[in-house]
Amino acid sequence: MRLFFRVPTVSALLAAVAMTLVLVGCGGAAAKETITVYSGRSKELVEPIIQQFQDATNIEVKVRYGGTSELAATILEEGKNTPADVFWAQDPAGLGAVSPRLTRLPDSLLSQADPRFRSSEGRWVGISGRARVVVYNTQRVKEQDLPTDISGFTDSSWKGRIGWAPTNGSFQAMVTAMRKQWGEEKTRQWLLGIKANEPKAYRDNTSIVNAVGTGEIDVGFPNHYYLFRFLQEKGESFPARNYYLQSGGPGGVILVAGAGVLETSKHKDAAQRFVQFLLSPVAQQYFASQTFEYPVVEGVRTHRLLKPLSDIQSPSIDLSDMTDLEGTLKLLRDVGVL
Amino acid sequence: MVDVSVDRATPRARRVGRAATVPLPPALVWVPAAMVAAAMLLPLAYLLVRTLGAGGEALDLLLRGRTLAVLVRTVLLALAVTGASAVVAVPLAWLTVRTDLPLRRVWSVLTVLPMVIPSYVWGFILVAAFGPRGMLQQMLAGPFGVERLPELYGFTGAMLALVPVTYPYILLSVRAALWGMDPAVEEASRSLGHGGRSTFFRVVLPQLRPAVAAGGLLAALYTLSDFGAVSLLRFESFTQQIYVQYQASFDRTMAALFSLVLVGLTVTLLVAEARARGRARYYRSSGGAVRPPHQVRLGPWRWPALGFFGLVVFFGLMVPISVLAFWLARGVAAGEPLRLVWSAALRSVYASGLAALVTVAAALPVAILAVRYRGRWSGIPERVAYIGFALPGIVVALTLVFFGARYATPVYQTLGLLVFAYMVLFLPQAVGAARASLLQASPRMEEAARGLGSPFLRVLARITVPLVRPGLLAGAALVFLTAMKELPATLVLSPIGFSTLATEVWSAASEGFFARAAAPALLLILVSAGPVAMLTRRQGWHR
Repeated sequence: MRLFFRVPTVSALLAAVAMTLVLVGCGGAAAKETITVYSGRSKELVEPIIQQFQDATNIEVKVRYGGTSELAATILEEGKNTPADVFWAQDPAGLGAVSPRLTRLPDSLLSQADPRFRSSEGRWVGISGRARVVVYNTQRVKEQDLPTDISGFTDSSWKGRIGWAPTNGSFQAMVTAMRKQWGEEKTRQWLLGIKANEPKAYRDNTSIVNAVGTGEIDVGFPNHYYLFRFLQEKGESFPARNYYLQSGGPGGVILVAGAGVLETSKHKDAAQRFVQFLLSPVAQQYFASQTFEYPVVEGVRTHRLLKPLSDIQSPSIDLSDMTDLEGTLKLLRDVGVL
Repeated sequence: MVDVSVDRATPRARRVGRAATVPLPPALVWVPAAMVAAAMLLPLAYLLVRTLGAGGEALDLLLRGRTLAVLVRTVLLALAVTGASAVVAVPLAWLTVRTDLPLRRVWSVLTVLPMVIPSYVWGFILVAAFGPRGMLQQMLAGPFGVERLPELYGFTGAMLALVPVTYPYILLSVRAALWGMDPAVEEASRSLGHGGRSTFFRVVLPQLRPAVAAGGLLAALYTLSDFGAVSLLRFESFTQQIYVQYQASFDRTMAALFSLVLVGLTVTLLVAEARARGRARYYRSSGGAVRPPHQVRLGPWRWPALGFFGLVVFFGLMVPISVLAFWLARGVAAGEPLRLVWSAALRSVYASGLAALVTVAAALPVAILAVRYRGRWSGIPERVAYIGFALPGIVVALTLVFFGARYATPVYQTLGLLVFAYMVLFLPQAVGAARASLLQASPRMEEAARGLGSPFLRVLARITVPLVRPGLLAGAALVFLTAMKELPATLVLSPIGFSTLATEVWSAASEGFFARAAAPALLLILVSAGPVAMLTRRQGWHR
């Protein structure tokens, strides 16, 4: 009778693997300062620009990638022992949740970003902007038939043609903007009106844009940049395009991904240098041209396919005013959307 | 006609005397088992800590009609997925173990592989292939003018995405049970005039009951805790409600309360499974050498059997691989660089391999305690082993963040803690398989060896472990495959920069870069095939 593993073979194999991993993991000078970034932004999107920062400075950046909400919850559970120096989040809600744990950023840093795109307490700063848009299927909808305000989609002619993502953070931020600009009652009416049109609830923006492209739905309410990923992968023939609502209503609110430095960080200077770098023209240009997002500082050219920020009729809502997510969730539950 | 149906008190499935004959467990069994149980209780402790702060509002939210409706729907989905999985898995297992089906080895590897595809990737693939306007519709649009396929979303879609991931649980545990089954009983049945079919339904199937129940329990719990597939297929599930809590408000209190409801459901399912399992014993009561089981000649039946296998492998493997290959090809054609992330593959195999070893090692004392020393308390570690598996991955991950960052700072976010997290998440897979095998192995041999003066550890290494080898290997395979695709704990708890194939796939797919997600996803299937082949090969009787 034998043991169920040939012990020498297995342990030799494991030892070899372990050696390889150690060799892969080591290397590099020890004198470097190291900071840890918790990034709710995907590796696909931000790895190149982080690499540029490392090349330009003597600071090594270790990045933990994950979902913004999962990482925010992780930081909260870690408490004062968090290894994170910087939290880089997809949305203001994620930043809002951990903002009690964030340190106040210097004014020199904050002042670089548009006041709309930073925390009023100075605890985080926007890094890149994303506009809420309507995405429509070009084969099934003509652009001129689209309403100028998002309230137009409560018309019964849109019945069965709409997709949305009620569980998604950006969508909920838009509803918060509605409550700010329109008030509770009008927002409730809008939600009920859309609900009466039997919208299909998707998981996220990617799924919405995908569904509009295949013609599963005619219109959807995502952030603007997801479309460009599909155009990149599937070519110009992908039959979906963005439509910017012209009314200046909350349907076209500009949201940000942003970053803050943890109060418990032992490398605050290096961490701030990292945030500073993300606001530099090099990094801002990277976001504008590679991830199709909007720069948050002046003087950076947006991608040629992007409608310039100055041409967008967006409501002037202070993002740090939009922290009342509880109220938004309550409303979404009350009307039976969540 | 003599009835030899195998029920509780047949001569074969003999009860072990009275409770008085059960010896007290040695410290070498109960101490490690208790330690494992303590580890498995960590998530529960965390949830209780977090729920203590919950106010009446949280309770209102839990008790509102919509939440309860979602809960009921989720339970129905779990039952439907489990039933469908059993219907697929039991014939597959029997055909690969007990018949002369051509290419058995190949089939037995291929039919396990669908589970290695993460359920959120299944979600993306199903929508792409069979969505209302997916690839199938595009194919049918030309010749038949099909404008739209019937709605895939909702219950049906969630089932279609979950069955391929869950049926291998039942398949592997039933297969192990078939290997370990004493052929003498079937021979007796046949000699008493029962035909093949009658023997199958009256003798083989009842003996498989614990294996089906053990695998089915895992399938049901997997469905309860899944988030990826259900959310993409637009089925509003209870776990999705938990995720919404984290996602939207970072409200850990509400999420904890909801998670406790899942724990409650798990307890209910455990009780149901224990009932289904009964108190029967399934080992040989007679002495003598064990023969390989009787092999059924399929004759012309091999064609429908092959057709069934073809169908399962087509939907479980060919469809996903084709969709992924299509994405990859389209991306490469559009100028995407082809990135084969071998280092991530290596890390996946390394971490999952360690997880399989550690988890099987932890499962053995738990299973031995539950099976060999049956008493009032001995079954508890085995039962609490299921808590981690039934909870959404993020809850277990945050549990270990909570305890790790506070009380185990030196090991926090190290490989050791990640492997520990995998153990907390996947232990029941190994315990279930080990237990099923132990039930089939007679304790007489162990007793004899001990009676002859062999020390406990030697009996364990020389007798018990070899006897339950099929179960241990099945457990190791399951843990390995699920660890390969694990996401939430890997993201939060791995050493920083430790990307795996699963995180590579997620990182690209979540942003809509399907072409970039395809290569690591294909690699995940490919890399998993090797260990599955090895484990399946070693599961057999010979050697």
